Amino acid sequence: MSLNLVSDRFEVLRDNTKCIRCKVCVKQCSNEVHIFDEEDNIVLSEDSKCVCCHRCVAMCPTKAIKIRKNTLEFKENANWTGTAIDEIYRQAQTGGMLLSSMGNPKPFPIYWDKILLNASQVTNPSIDPLREPMETKVMIGRKPDKIEYDKNGNMLTKIPPQIELNMPIMFSAMSYGSISKNAHEALARAAEKLGILYNTGEGGLHKDFYKYGKNTTVQVASGRFGVHLDYLNAGAAIEIKIGQGAKPGIGGHLPGIKVGPDVSATRMIPEGSDAISPAPHHDIYSIEDLRQLIFSLKESTNYTKPVFVKIAAVHNVSAIASGIARAGADAIVIDGFRGGTGAAPTRVRDNVGIPIELALASVDQRLRDEGIRNHISVICAGSIRNSADIVKAIALGADAVYIASAALIAMGCHMCQSCSTGKCNWGIATQNPELVKRLNPDIAYERLINLLTAWNNEIKEMLGGMGINAIDSLRGNRLMLRGVGLNLKELEILGIKHAGE
Amino acid sequence: MKKVYAFEKNCLGCGLCEVYCRTAHSKSKDIIKTYKKENVDSAITIEEIEKNGVKTFFALQCRHCVEPKCVQACISGAMYKDENGIVRNIKEKCVGCQSCIMACPFGAIKMSVSGTVISKCDLCTENGDEPACAKNCPNGALKFMDLEEDK
Repeated sequence: MSLNLVSDRFEVLRDNTKCIRCKVCVKQCSNEVHIFDEEDNIVLSEDSKCVCCHRCVAMCPTKAIKIRKNTLEFKENANWTGTAIDEIYRQAQTGGMLLSSMGNPKPFPIYWDKILLNASQVTNPSIDPLREPMETKVMIGRKPDKIEYDKNGNMLTKIPPQIELNMPIMFSAMSYGSISKNAHEALARAAEKLGILYNTGEGGLHKDFYKYGKNTTVQVASGRFGVHLDYLNAGAAIEIKIGQGAKPGIGGHLPGIKVGPDVSATRMIPEGSDAISPAPHHDIYSIEDLRQLIFSLKESTNYTKPVFVKIAAVHNVSAIASGIARAGADAIVIDGFRGGTGAAPTRVRDNVGIPIELALASVDQRLRDEGIRNHISVICAGSIRNSADIVKAIALGADAVYIASAALIAMGCHMCQSCSTGKCNWGIATQNPELVKRLNPDIAYERLINLLTAWNNEIKEMLGGMGINAIDSLRGNRLMLRGVGLNLKELEILGIKHAGE
Repeated sequence: MKKVYAFEKNCLGCGLCEVYCRTAHSKSKDIIKTYKKENVDSAITIEEIEKNGVKTFFALQCRHCVEPKCVQACISGAMYKDENGIVRNIKEKCVGCQSCIMACPFGAIKMSVSGTVISKCDLCTENGDEPACAKNCPNGALKFMDLEEDK
């Protein structure tokens, strides 16, 4: 074997005046960074293995540990950065594709941060949500073009199936397999308590979680793992996953090592076998094919459940969205290029797709221009970081948003972007029973409820400031938005004015 | 009676309960000083059981039995059950004969590091309401509760 040229990414700094040799870090690090030397009674570190997940930092009772970016410098070069050089070393050594986890970390513009919200002053009153009613409830589903009544005032129009959400937020798809059972339990219980939906992802629905059915979106993806009649009927909605923001055009691969007895039974595949989701659905090569699948699913569930179609935000997203609306979907999920993943080829994650803000604005506009906006709900996904992002998304035309990375962070994820290793120290992206235990669903579920309750209150506060008392009055209300530091083309696509206009 | 209950499904075996138990029973009440300057026992021990390659951890400590066998077995009158139901050991009376260790059906009593007296859980009543181990457990694996009340 030749010399390993890849440099350590992090340094573990241990303050020996504080270290009490309790070995909590040694026991807690699944990457085996911390080593106790019995002979010299000292805790040492293997820096090369550190992924900067902060488990040791959080657990150390004396706060003796700090993690720093490796201070070893390459000669300064704006083009050949340390990361660029290290990636080449890594590939030259292994011959493999680079794999990454979680969302695109590159410094592309974040349009949410270049959009500002309006507030009422003098000419229209703002509303105090603590004293006046404020509605954040939304209905997801196809809305009829008109409503007809008979002579006695009874409604003749048949309303297509709708999902009632207490707030315009849902948990996005994360499969059982990519995340642990405890993480799924926390999401499911939180969704039930909050009156929203969580999403099974493409890994099927564990038998223990059928009881959360009315708060579950069941996903049908290209691998069709765990899809059967009871599964489809167990959820409140069905989602066809065409693509994912983190890796548009790419399938999925759950390594066999993560397919234990439980995952195997849930996915309906042999234990230890790799779960490979093809890049396309091999029965969907056109909008007409998609329509067939949408209606097969509706037929299987007796037209009682809305069918969502999830796509990654790509160049022609608005034309595709129009096709999806016409194919009979009840909601379209657009997943921006910053959306997370358990594993994706680094080059795909960092270079494919478009920003969700632009995709969302153009989809909403296209559907309005074609007069079919009411035929379909629009769900915005791909790195919603806080309640202000949600308010801006709604004003750009979304009916609701999906959150996944934010939910994981609430449960303890530290964004070390190492999900694909299966060694998640926080018990989230792992199937190792010893690590899974670290995520106590009772604690995680409370943290999720806290986060979303806080966000919902913040949404109400911002709505009130704008003088709006229902989230429905904000939807597509782009007059409430102003851009800062955006060029004319960006403002045109977003359909907003520049600040000061 | 409120006791500390261990839930092995949540126990990570991290050992923080031991750290905080020792600190709660130290003179300085400071973690670093306790470890570096004082010789204090932990009255809670993490037991590790490995079965089919999967490790299970269990935090073992005094159950404060209704009819404590250790009190019956004590030859020097050091062990007693106080008015709150807490089984205690008077260090000055303890002769370190280890009769209580043999009598305890849970194996919750240990010899102290000094080797002359025994060491056991006193529910840290001097340190406020909640015992230090339960208060500092990072994963809810130790709970201070009354099983009867909770039923």
